[in-house]
Amino acid sequence: MSESIDLKAIWNESGVQAVLDKLDAELIGLAPVKKRIREIASLLVVDKVRRDLSLAAGAPSLHMSFTGNPGTGKTTVAMRMADLLHRLGYSRTGHLVAVTRDDLVGQYIGHTAPKTKEVLKKAMGGVLFIDEAYYLYKPENERDYGQEAIEILLQVMENNRDDLVVILAGYKDRMETFFRSNPGMSSRIAHHIDFPDYRDDELVAIGELILKDWNYALAPRAKKVFLSYIEHRRTQPHFANARSIRNALDRARLRQARRLLEQGGAVDKSALETIEPEDILESRVLAGVPSTQPNKERA
Amino acid sequence: MMSNTGNRVTQGQFSFLPDLTDAQITAQIKYALKNGWAVSIEYTDDPHPRNTYWEMYGNPMFDLRDPAGILLEINECRKTFPRHYVRVMAFNSTRGIESPAMSFIVNRPDEEPGFGLTRQEGPGRQIHYTVTSYAAQKPEGERYS
Repeated sequence: MSESIDLKAIWNESGVQAVLDKLDAELIGLAPVKKRIREIASLLVVDKVRRDLSLAAGAPSLHMSFTGNPGTGKTTVAMRMADLLHRLGYSRTGHLVAVTRDDLVGQYIGHTAPKTKEVLKKAMGGVLFIDEAYYLYKPENERDYGQEAIEILLQVMENNRDDLVVILAGYKDRMETFFRSNPGMSSRIAHHIDFPDYRDDELVAIGELILKDWNYALAPRAKKVFLSYIEHRRTQPHFANARSIRNALDRARLRQARRLLEQGGAVDKSALETIEPEDILESRVLAGVPSTQPNKERA
Repeated sequence: MMSNTGNRVTQGQFSFLPDLTDAQITAQIKYALKNGWAVSIEYTDDPHPRNTYWEMYGNPMFDLRDPAGILLEINECRKTFPRHYVRVMAFNSTRGIESPAMSFIVNRPDEEPGFGLTRQEGPGRQIHYTVTSYAAQKPEGERYS
């Protein structure tokens, strides 16, 4: 082949850049994840060109595993991934079916296979996202039906590689145990992507993005308070990264509403959309009051 | 019948055509899914035209987005019943319609012996016609083997 091919043009034409840009704009941090996704996208584009030139390009294995702590954006990235694969022509419909153990594993003998197959059929042509996948395998109970679901899953992952992309997600250490006890699963997954925890300043940026979505904003002084809130919150149990931030802001909104009503009088638009430092300062996280309900997320 | 060499059973759509390929079946299912119809797979070894209730293979498939899952199930049914008639049905559940919108055969026995016509003389030169499948003279499950 002497003619040259403009890879950049094909890249632009596929609309991948738009998805990646959206990923960059809407997801703060996650640099290693974004880098990996960019690499996968590049590989798929190059593969597509190679296939057009009838160079050997084995159907790439696209099954992935997303590991990371709660609230690090695994589900969000999976949704973007489905969109990306669709644009590159590796997924026909580009829809995401998100399931957990309950949707795959049955309650009695003979219940699991039809249930798992039904989910798989629904996900065909798109992406199957299995959240907390390690729950599928319960070594302490050898008669657990989860193993059956895993076997069916493995078979479809192998035979219907063109029809379905499976993404497993879960906490890192538990997923590692899961893969160690299911080597067949591990070897069929080409891309293991680890989601790092967010840094404090990234969490502030995420918080601001969430607030912007709700048409709120942090007062300039509140930003600093919020940063110290995050520092304290991180040391407490059940910290779930971006999810904790969302919850904290939800409660800050409650306090803001109460403050506005209590102070009475007329309010202007900017007062309605500004979160003041005292809205965050009132949080129990900053007051250092020990929680009376250890299992609930502290307010 | 002259118009139907080989006694091929002609029921549902496309039955006068050569057997559909998997790609053609996929295209048909895609059309059904696009219209929001629930696709199901049925089989029987009694080809009589009045036998409208065929056995259902697996569950009807709702909320699917892509034909690949259905093709998977069709192939499984073909493997289980290689010498049965297998048909794919698309059900339109719109209120007021609630009936099959598509139905076509995707698998048939290698040999189809066809139908015999029995004429029964009734009172006053009336004639009653009965169609019997030669295959259906054997018990269920042993036909076409």
